[in-house]
Amino acid sequence: MRKKLALIPLGLLAALCCCPILFLLAGMLMDKGELTSCLGAVIRGTDGFAAWRLLPRYPTLENVIELLLDSPQFFVMFWNAVRITAGVLAGQLLVGVPAAWGLARFRFPGKRALYTLYIILMMMPFQVRMLSDYLVLDRLHLLDSHLGIILPAAFSTFPVFIMYRFFGGIPEAVIESAKLDGAGPWQIFLFIGVPLGAGGIVSALVLGFLEYWNLIEQPLTFLKDKTLWPLSLYLPNIGLERAGVAFASSVAALVPAVLVFLLGQDYLEQGIAAAAVKE
Amino acid sequence: MAKRTGRHKRNRERRQWEGLVFLLPSLTGVTVFILLPFADVVRRSFTSVLGAFTGLKNYQTVLHNSAFLRAAINTGKFTAVCIPLLLGISLLAAVLLQGQKKLGSALKSAYLLPMAIPVASVVLLWKVLFMRNGLLNGFLAWFGAEPVDWMNSGSAFYVLVFSYLWKNLGYDVILWLAGLAGIPEEIYEAARVDGAGEWRIFVSITMPNLLPSLYTIAVLSFLNSFKAFREAYLVAGDYPHESIYLMQHLFNNWFRDLALDKMAAAAVLTAAVILALVLILQRAWERE
Repeated sequence: MRKKLALIPLGLLAALCCCPILFLLAGMLMDKGELTSCLGAVIRGTDGFAAWRLLPRYPTLENVIELLLDSPQFFVMFWNAVRITAGVLAGQLLVGVPAAWGLARFRFPGKRALYTLYIILMMMPFQVRMLSDYLVLDRLHLLDSHLGIILPAAFSTFPVFIMYRFFGGIPEAVIESAKLDGAGPWQIFLFIGVPLGAGGIVSALVLGFLEYWNLIEQPLTFLKDKTLWPLSLYLPNIGLERAGVAFASSVAALVPAVLVFLLGQDYLEQGIAAAAVKE
Repeated sequence: MAKRTGRHKRNRERRQWEGLVFLLPSLTGVTVFILLPFADVVRRSFTSVLGAFTGLKNYQTVLHNSAFLRAAINTGKFTAVCIPLLLGISLLAAVLLQGQKKLGSALKSAYLLPMAIPVASVVLLWKVLFMRNGLLNGFLAWFGAEPVDWMNSGSAFYVLVFSYLWKNLGYDVILWLAGLAGIPEEIYEAARVDGAGEWRIFVSITMPNLLPSLYTIAVLSFLNSFKAFREAYLVAGDYPHESIYLMQHLFNNWFRDLALDKMAAAAVLTAAVILALVLILQRAWERE
């Protein structure tokens, strides 16, 4: 009985978390007339208030079609977001996976200090790094290019930390027995470490995707050329007078993130919890 | 036999340095892209924009700058309101969730979902909800309330608090659940056998056992609070209502004005505050 009662607040909280998605979906499916009648007060700033309907009266895909056919900018921005996200994640894999392995499985002088350094760096918000990033990108002539966004992010120490936790959990006995069979350090890394630590790698990727698909500060600061902007910066620029397109493109930005979320939810949870559990 | 142990020892010594080889690419990048430029920022914090050594002058300017003080106070206030609220609500949700077998994982997904919703997509909803003629005022008008211009008054602060809570609830629930899972079931059983009630069990067993997790979760929540700037910026722009003018707005505006000397000093100050927090967190981890 008590447990049933607990479902009421829990359910309300869950509904609150989900309703923005329902709002965006409903808006995407409304036709122009309905959007204008619902949001007219907000769009024109006249008297009265905006109103909303949970379900559109005449569901239509006209907004989606307008977005796909008449908004060439949208594709550019979507592609920019894909490029940046994919570039960052690839870089993090290439650099971060071996680094996490090195930190987790080897003992060498200074390791403790390096680990602490990596944790400190992963905690620094963008604002602390803003000026230093600018200085280095300026010197390397990487301002106003996607590479200038990708490179500093690829060396982020956060994925190293997540994967470190997972690699550290591989039993020593497995590695010892591989060594007895004559496997070298690279073989052990590639054929034992990577497969057994795959959960950690995927966790880091899922967390990374949600982070970099949402990138706001870095492109805003370092990309003056607006044709290089990712979707996350483009969306807020669509005025409410084009509400239909705004809704359709918001949903378009949402779909990849929600897909990754649904497919990788277990890994996402493990990745979050990795910070909370004891070493 | 003796020969074998000898070789074993040599192996172990060699193995130690191989770890560094694995780390090398990452370490090189971190040095080039983070450490060296930050050292340059530290140097610049003691010089004028033109490069003349000025001692602590930049720090004095920054600490007396009214925009900096406003931003620092707001950021502090935002943190002080958000974090206890988030920790409380998420702990409550996690404890209630723990007893749910069937619906537990679906509810957990629902709480995590906001993490996946891009800020840019939510901005549209924020605008429609919180504008003067928006949905929220329309709803409140039913009860005869006067319309409030949410984003252009002191209430903008609470809109931002709400959006932070909404976004981070699931993250913290997961962290609490991980902490709760670490408490051995036997302690609970023993308490139940002794006839302790649910509340008593929560206060004398759950709470003390969660204390180590509390540090970790509080620091992680603090660090995530820096990301609330995204919502504030996308909804309200460069110069939002003064109640949500945060450190991040200040950095942005100084960057645009090329006030690199002030930025350098402020970056060093912010880094120092965060560094102190991280070291506290590490202590907590080691104490576990």
